[in-house]
Amino acid sequence: MSAETKARNQELIQEALAMYPEKAAKKRAKHLNVYEEGKPDCGVKSNIKSLPGVMTIRGCAYAGSKGVVWGPIKDMVHISHGPVGCGQYSWGTRRNYYGGITGVNSFVGMQVTSDFQEKDIVFGGDKKLDKLIDEITTLFPLANGISIQSECPIGLIGDDIEAVSKKKTKEIGKTIVPVRCEGFRGVSQSLGHHIANDQVRDWVLDKAESTHEAGPYDVAIIGDYNIGGDAWSSRILLEEMGLRVVAQWSGDGTLKEMEKTPKVKLNLLHCYRSMNYISRHMEEKYGIPWVEYNFFGPTKIAASLREIASHFDDKIKEGAEKVIAKYQPMVDAVIAKYKPRLDKKTVMLYVGGLRPRHVVGAYEDLGMEVVGAGYEFAHGDDYQRTTHYVKDGTLIYDDVTGFELEHFVDKIRPDLVGSGVKEKYIFQKMGVPFRQMHSWDYSGPYHGYDGFAIFARDMDMAINSPVWSMNKAPWKK
Amino acid sequence: MPQNAASVLDHNQLFKEPEYKALVEAKKVFEDAVPDAKVKEVEDWTKSWEYREINFKREALTINPAKACQPLGAVLAAAGFEGTLPYVHGSQGCVAYFRSHFNRHFKEPSSCVSDSMTEDAAVFGGLNNMVDGLSNAYALYKPKMIAVSTTCMAEVIGDDLDSFIKTAKQKEVIPESFPVPFAHTPSFVGSHVTGYDNMMKGILTHFWEGKERKAGNSVNIIGGFDGYCVGNNRELKRMLGLMGVDYTILSDPSDVFDTPADGEFRMYDGGTKLEDAAAALNAKATFAMQGISAAKTLEYVAGTGQEVVELNCPIGVAATDAFLMELSRITGKAIPEELEKERGRLVDAMADSQAYLHGKKFALFGDPDMTMGLTSFLLEMGAEPVHIVCTNAPKAWEEKMRKLLDASPFGKEAKLYPGKDLWHMRSLLATEPVEFLIGSTYGKLLERDCGVPLIRIGFPIFDRHHHHRFPIWGYQGSLNVLVKVLDKIFDELDAKSRDDIDFDVVR
Repeated sequence: MSAETKARNQELIQEALAMYPEKAAKKRAKHLNVYEEGKPDCGVKSNIKSLPGVMTIRGCAYAGSKGVVWGPIKDMVHISHGPVGCGQYSWGTRRNYYGGITGVNSFVGMQVTSDFQEKDIVFGGDKKLDKLIDEITTLFPLANGISIQSECPIGLIGDDIEAVSKKKTKEIGKTIVPVRCEGFRGVSQSLGHHIANDQVRDWVLDKAESTHEAGPYDVAIIGDYNIGGDAWSSRILLEEMGLRVVAQWSGDGTLKEMEKTPKVKLNLLHCYRSMNYISRHMEEKYGIPWVEYNFFGPTKIAASLREIASHFDDKIKEGAEKVIAKYQPMVDAVIAKYKPRLDKKTVMLYVGGLRPRHVVGAYEDLGMEVVGAGYEFAHGDDYQRTTHYVKDGTLIYDDVTGFELEHFVDKIRPDLVGSGVKEKYIFQKMGVPFRQMHSWDYSGPYHGYDGFAIFARDMDMAINSPVWSMNKAPWKK
Repeated sequence: MPQNAASVLDHNQLFKEPEYKALVEAKKVFEDAVPDAKVKEVEDWTKSWEYREINFKREALTINPAKACQPLGAVLAAAGFEGTLPYVHGSQGCVAYFRSHFNRHFKEPSSCVSDSMTEDAAVFGGLNNMVDGLSNAYALYKPKMIAVSTTCMAEVIGDDLDSFIKTAKQKEVIPESFPVPFAHTPSFVGSHVTGYDNMMKGILTHFWEGKERKAGNSVNIIGGFDGYCVGNNRELKRMLGLMGVDYTILSDPSDVFDTPADGEFRMYDGGTKLEDAAAALNAKATFAMQGISAAKTLEYVAGTGQEVVELNCPIGVAATDAFLMELSRITGKAIPEELEKERGRLVDAMADSQAYLHGKKFALFGDPDMTMGLTSFLLEMGAEPVHIVCTNAPKAWEEKMRKLLDASPFGKEAKLYPGKDLWHMRSLLATEPVEFLIGSTYGKLLERDCGVPLIRIGFPIFDRHHHHRFPIWGYQGSLNVLVKVLDKIFDELDAKSRDDIDFDVVR
């Protein structure tokens, strides 16, 4: 980007900061910057408490654990333990697709809660938890386990959910996992991911005794939540190249798959932010190497397939080449169709902890340019990784506030904003095309070659919709 | 390979292709999946009378409840006042959830801030969060009023909003005169409708407390937690305008949840003017459109000397008649001919269509007053409500509903299920089937499991667009409700007769 753009971006940051009270401006200044090529990171602080009252877009640890890591495990019943709201607002809204019959052998699309009342707060909820585990056991005999997703009050009233879990595990003979993901812990969803990972380690992997027979090409997909079917359109490629996918963590995943994972040859990590912890643990304890991959857009997909194959023998390496060759004509046709309509279009992204960098390649495959990027809950290592993707001069905003993002978008006027549902309608009213990049805006999958075609179609339909030409009444010049 | 550039397949078609069906099937080996026959056996059992009995014995477990928590309602109540920023004291994740919940229902922005309390606030209290939060929110978002409610975290640790707000003002982070009404809204008490009630009472208390009432001839209208607030409030204003009544709608989010796409984002738009909210003390009477859910507010209002009128979602002829007659009685204004004609048109439409509803068996679920309004209308159409579930029913609900049902020969078979959830409803529908179900989007799970067609009326409606723009109250609103119900009935008739002799062109 030109020196002019860089200066403009710096100016935008200063304009936004000028609106804050002094103390807040000082703090926010550390989270906003312009990327300088050659630097090892993006020049912003991250994973720090959000300021009160600024309209952060972040969620909480419960959202990171129940909503992201645990919720998609389909053969377990996940209890939203505490008052009714948390489970209600996260009921079926994240689109982690799953197979099975809901309420019979699959339990993802359900809102199961202890629905705390005042007496539970006053007298504690352990007895209620004990009883409701029995009730789950009776009503859902095909459930293979239960997780307890703590909401804020649990950690404040001194409940001992670990003791209840131990007792009930013995009684019912099924895995019960207590998760201390109270919403006030940490600064964002991120600590919820970490706590959830740790509980997989302590309450699933350490206790599992799988009789599963390992094979030479066994891999696990880690950190794919099967949004709109992402994990399936990824799995198909891995299987086509000759690998055996033993487990999906956690989209359309099961407790049984998790228990088999310590025997795989390689862990394939898509969402680094939410599942690097368990990948590192499995490397340490079981000696399983892990590799980060990126299945957004043909350039990154091909590079990832080759990188994954490099951990295996020639059969798999040839398999990867075959897969790449097989899909190339379809990819070429997709690019031929959509690139002319999307070339040189600019994008600003604000998503969770992975996608603001991971989707850059897919946009570039279509000729588009990412001019602004930021994360809700990234850490320093994410911003380091981001430098491999973004261009010099890109505007970087960590834990952006509603006010800042509106200001930046209003002034930069990109051709597309990719962010969440809370942002969608704001920017559409401003006349800026928008795609939800958490839920794929009810579309998807976006992963894999099949997903790339959908991604390209969706970006085109957002940007080139005739609706954007009608914002201004013709009589108003 | 199923995917192709010419006609891109997304999840709607892609996963129905043989490659993906085989993939999902082959995956079952790693899932240690139980055989399909066993799954089918358990599925059938979950729909049996035996299962229903076990299901109804639940004491601790809630599954698929039709209610949300208090602060959600507080945020909606606050959003309906001019230039008002809803502010929730407590954990930030709650606010992310409230906002996205409203985004998904209204397909509109939803502005609200949190003061992001974390572990240290859990130990030391959230005073610093409140002081900084008010300071930042005031500077950045330039509201005319900030309405504060609480998450359960703040309630469990016992933060005192009144003293915190006073402290913030003493520290001069916001002006002394700046309005900051508040309400404690613990999530472990009541539901979203309780939170609305508490916030409304908090706002009225802020404007009215210590003021002398000079009784006038205007009326106040409180909509309550209403997913149709955009359409309903506009319809109320039209009707009140036709009557020539001097009125104040207390919390009117019809503009802020329906701003134009003209290149500008309006964080605030329309809403009850703050001076009108203050002057509303002098009204002759206050109408609660959802009276069962407005208990605390009405008690407070009655204490000021105003008459209070409790309605229960005026859907249908009788309920709308009662609304207008009460308005007329209190204000002395006659019901104009135009509204009388609208009434006649609704009756006309009902007469045209009654044969398709008469004797039809319905199940419904939703908020206390919503289920009451819908029941009243169904009875007028000769339809028979059978199962009525209200997860967040207060005590008054059952009694009022029973009275309504008992007054009609079509209500005799109806059973009321206060406090029950949609998993209970699943058992009811599986063992005692009905022809149609009315409720929120989450009713689609019941539609899938039990084969009962869902008519979407309620909150939230996530999977259909723009329903909230059309009223469901008053004569015009009732017409919308009638059409929603009829369209589903006719679609069902067509679907079931597609290959049959009675696939009729005229119905």
